[in-house]
Amino acid sequence: MAGGGVSTIAVLGMPNTGKSTLFNQLTGSHAHIGNWPGITVDLMQAEVDLQGTPAQLVDLPGIYDLRGHSDDEAVVRRFLESTRLDLVVVVLNASQLDRQLRLALQVRQLGLPAVLLLNMADEAKRFGVSIDTASLAEALAMPVVLLSAKYRRGLGEARHQMAKAIAKGVTQEGTDGAQAAVAQLDACLAEGDDALQRQIAQLMERSVTLPPQWRDRLTRRLDGVLLHPLLGLPLFFLVMALMFQAIYAIGVPLQEALGTLLDSFGQGVIAPLIRGLPAFAQGFLLEGVYQGIGTVSAFLPVIFLFFLAMGVVEDSGYLSRAAYLMDAFMERLGLDGRSFVLSLMGFGCNVPAIMGTRVMRDRGLRLLSMLIIPFSLCSARLNVFLFMASVFFAPRVGGLVIFGLYVMSFAAAIVTALLFKGRFASNEPLVLELPPYRFPTLRQMFSRAWLEVRHFWFWSRRFIIFGVVAVWLLNNLPFGVEPASAQSFSGWIGRALMPVLGPLGINPKLAVALLFGFIAKEIVLGGLAVIYGQANPLALGHALALDVNWVQAVSFMLFTLLYTPCLSTVAVIRSESKSAKFTWFSVLWSLALAWVTSFGFYQLATALGWGSLVLH
Amino acid sequence: MRTPAHLADLAPGQSATIAAIEAHAGLRNRLEALGLSRGQRVQMLRRAWLAGPLHVRVGMTELMLRRADAARVGLEAGLEAWPVAA
Ligand SMILES: Nc1nc2c(ncn2[C@@H]2O[C@H](COP(=O)(O)OP(=O)(O)O)[C@@H](O)[C@H]2O)c(=O)[nH]1
Ligand SMILES: [Mg+2]
Repeated sequence: MAGGGVSTIAVLGMPNTGKSTLFNQLTGSHAHIGNWPGITVDLMQAEVDLQGTPAQLVDLPGIYDLRGHSDDEAVVRRFLESTRLDLVVVVLNASQLDRQLRLALQVRQLGLPAVLLLNMADEAKRFGVSIDTASLAEALAMPVVLLSAKYRRGLGEARHQMAKAIAKGVTQEGTDGAQAAVAQLDACLAEGDDALQRQIAQLMERSVTLPPQWRDRLTRRLDGVLLHPLLGLPLFFLVMALMFQAIYAIGVPLQEALGTLLDSFGQGVIAPLIRGLPAFAQGFLLEGVYQGIGTVSAFLPVIFLFFLAMGVVEDSGYLSRAAYLMDAFMERLGLDGRSFVLSLMGFGCNVPAIMGTRVMRDRGLRLLSMLIIPFSLCSARLNVFLFMASVFFAPRVGGLVIFGLYVMSFAAAIVTALLFKGRFASNEPLVLELPPYRFPTLRQMFSRAWLEVRHFWFWSRRFIIFGVVAVWLLNNLPFGVEPASAQSFSGWIGRALMPVLGPLGINPKLAVALLFGFIAKEIVLGGLAVIYGQANPLALGHALALDVNWVQAVSFMLFTLLYTPCLSTVAVIRSESKSAKFTWFSVLWSLALAWVTSFGFYQLATALGWGSLVLH
Repeated sequence: MRTPAHLADLAPGQSATIAAIEAHAGLRNRLEALGLSRGQRVQMLRRAWLAGPLHVRVGMTELMLRRADAARVGLEAGLEAWPVAA
């Protein structure tokens, strides 16, 4: 063992070869799984038991070439240079050895101790690829295991070979040598591409039999329809629309039921429990903390369903097709198909989508993508809109309003890209794999959705509790003031914002909600509940509808849609762009766009006298 | 049918052998890692409308790439480019 103590094992491979799936199966924990090349951006790490020997397994981002210069490739190189590894597990797609063997050869050239895992044995078999692992192992002088991580075949043998390789032990000099080799990677791998190509050809000749003809009929047929020049895009948007319909048809009733349940729990169980406390403390606990948390928990079923559906679309390989379908359009916006896919993922949550821009090498392209992703109507904002729409509009009209907001979300992204593509020009090549269609197993689907929900909960909890408590305090301080009245702190802040927000039809109470929405949109509803002093969503809706008309409500929704999504997004833009200036620019631009849009809408609608129309 | 000089000009269904990758090291690395290297056979599967990307197959891998990038993949000259049954 190189460092003494627990051994460290890294999982290395090209994007989309099933590294994360394998990692999850070996460790039992759930890393993010995606069929989108390069989505693993944080280094996931977990303990693995190798037949009695514990070891640390690290899931590295997918890379194409150890000499490459994308951000992910730099991350991997830095990792290899700085970490004393006991073993590198090289994961290749068994059907694509004709191009993927180069990575195994590069690892061998560097002298890193390695085990070669040929994943997706199921697909290789289906496509008629047969591999002589023994002969490959002999030629490469490293253990080779054929397995199928998704269907849990061959995992035992993989563990066995890994344990054996570690037990054999790596000498101190061995790892030192390998680390030094990585540090001078370019020199060590200088051996020309032609030589590498020749070696691959020899290995293929020796150990692999390819089918005389391409066998994946299913993918060929599906692509004929789904990538059809005329039908492709309408089909894609139809699939997306149906998906959203289904999510909300199932999710919204669940959300309402859960909301009612939590509300009666608060009134029936928590209220009696804290009856002895002073009124201020009672209000703080029930109306502040409990209500805020309740509002967010009620929202978890929709998130679960959203990620369930998104996971299927992503895992199936359809998102890569979306990149193909949209690229011609995106190119004219100065972006590419990947920006479109990342924006779509932003409809779940902007934060991982912005991190996903790491697959882009060109800085201009990356920044422009980061500039448009925050306009994707994320699930937290959707929560606000679903509520507002149900309060101010009859169901049919409400659906249209939500749809309109989605259209606005795209429009804002397109306008932004068109305006700034000159400033963030790029000429990054776009070459992407279109993987065969796959369908995730039930286990994969549920563990993925569950992971996302947990992630959302941990991520947002702090903000929500902080935000809701802060709103409650602002409403109820100074002591003895009528809650949320003009004399309270929040009344004061709301009035102070009126010169700016008044012309948008946003009243002082809504202004306070917006102010807190800057921290996270999850706080907006909880904040409104606290501001209007109404726990029950129905009662809150009533109070809101008495206070503002639907034009004001739509103006509020437009503003909420377009201005800064949340502090986490700002933080991740800052860390990914590594530029404070760009971060400021992004925040200010979204504020400006939000203001102008809401202003335009409110003034026009008021001039036309729409405010007095009743749409409910 | 004659084989065009560059991958970007291959017609759907047509196949050809790659003669050279005329790109800077970064792009060449990426193309080769995805299977587009000298001596490999490529087949054009489809071309998106409005000057959109190309869908090609090389070895056991299917790729999409932009026309500008495909123009950097030189093809071997040949009188016949056999359309391979899909
Ligand atoms: N057919 C098949 N698909 C697999 C297998 N392992 C992983 N996959 C799928 O391959 C895709 C990419 O997997 P992922 O673990 O995200 O790959 P990574 O990019 O290397 O981390 C996902 O859709 C997986 O469900 C396997 O053994 N067989
Ligand atoms: Mg991964």
